[in-house]
Amino acid sequence: MSRPIKIAVVQFPGSNCDQDAFHLFATGLGLDTRYVWHKDRGLGGADVAVLPGGFAHGDYLRCGAIARFSPVMEAVRLHAERGGTVLGICNGFQILCEAGLLPGALIRNSSLEYRCVTCELAVEDAGPAFNSRTLGRRLRLPIGHGEGNYRIDEAGRERLETNRQVLLRYVENPNGSLASIAGVRNEEGNVFGMMPHPDRAFERFHTSQDGLAVARAVLSFRFPEILKKSA
Amino acid sequence: MKIKVFVTPKKNVLDPQGAAVGHALGSLGLQGLKGVRVGKVIELEVEGEDTPQLRAQLEKLSRDLLSNPVIEDYALEIAGK
Repeated sequence: MSRPIKIAVVQFPGSNCDQDAFHLFATGLGLDTRYVWHKDRGLGGADVAVLPGGFAHGDYLRCGAIARFSPVMEAVRLHAERGGTVLGICNGFQILCEAGLLPGALIRNSSLEYRCVTCELAVEDAGPAFNSRTLGRRLRLPIGHGEGNYRIDEAGRERLETNRQVLLRYVENPNGSLASIAGVRNEEGNVFGMMPHPDRAFERFHTSQDGLAVARAVLSFRFPEILKKSA
Repeated sequence: MKIKVFVTPKKNVLDPQGAAVGHALGSLGLQGLKGVRVGKVIELEVEGEDTPQLRAQLEKLSRDLLSNPVIEDYALEIAGK
């Protein structure tokens, strides 16, 4: 595919990493990136929907519980069902879990504290593009969340492991997540969610620059040519 | 008509808030405490009659919005006029 990849960053009322995500894809990766408002019923022809971090709808009731009913989420669901790429970062990950587009749920950190720190992450073998050969065995990405404690029942966890759906694990678990899970993908391999922020890890003044490689690895599931361009 | 929806963490799901509250109750002298679960109560006031249709709708909304079945259980309580 030679046509340029188009990215849509979804803005909910209460999103606060929408500009970071925009900047990652527009400046960091040089891709055609635009915003989509949560009341829009389409993604404007984008190839990739990005749900950014923040506190969509105030995170009232549960994180992501109200956002999943925003009109745009119907378009995100259709996009995912047709094999389109979807990435949820932090609050975006919580929204995708609430929407049932990713398995599991995120609850209060076991420490009950908001954790804001750059984490060491172990890269899992989650497919031909997302593995320790393409990304290295360890990455560093910042987290900033109070509800990043990943939970899933035993049968669900077995499915995750068998299908190699775990993307990243914390080396030192900051939030009590089951099996130190920091990010997962769906079984089909087109929907991704992670608590760590690749959008806060690519500028020289950031604590890490590993965010670009992570974003590329996510995109490369559907757009393998992006890895060649960056080489 | 007054409706209460009780939402509680599932028994097999870790409840960090409940654990912290349990710890505090213990240090304030409560003896024999075997467990604490912290949930929430959502109170609704709805006009009209208690019909099977309304109950079915409330069940659906409790599953879809008010609770997350992955981590929470809910119980409905419908009081008279």
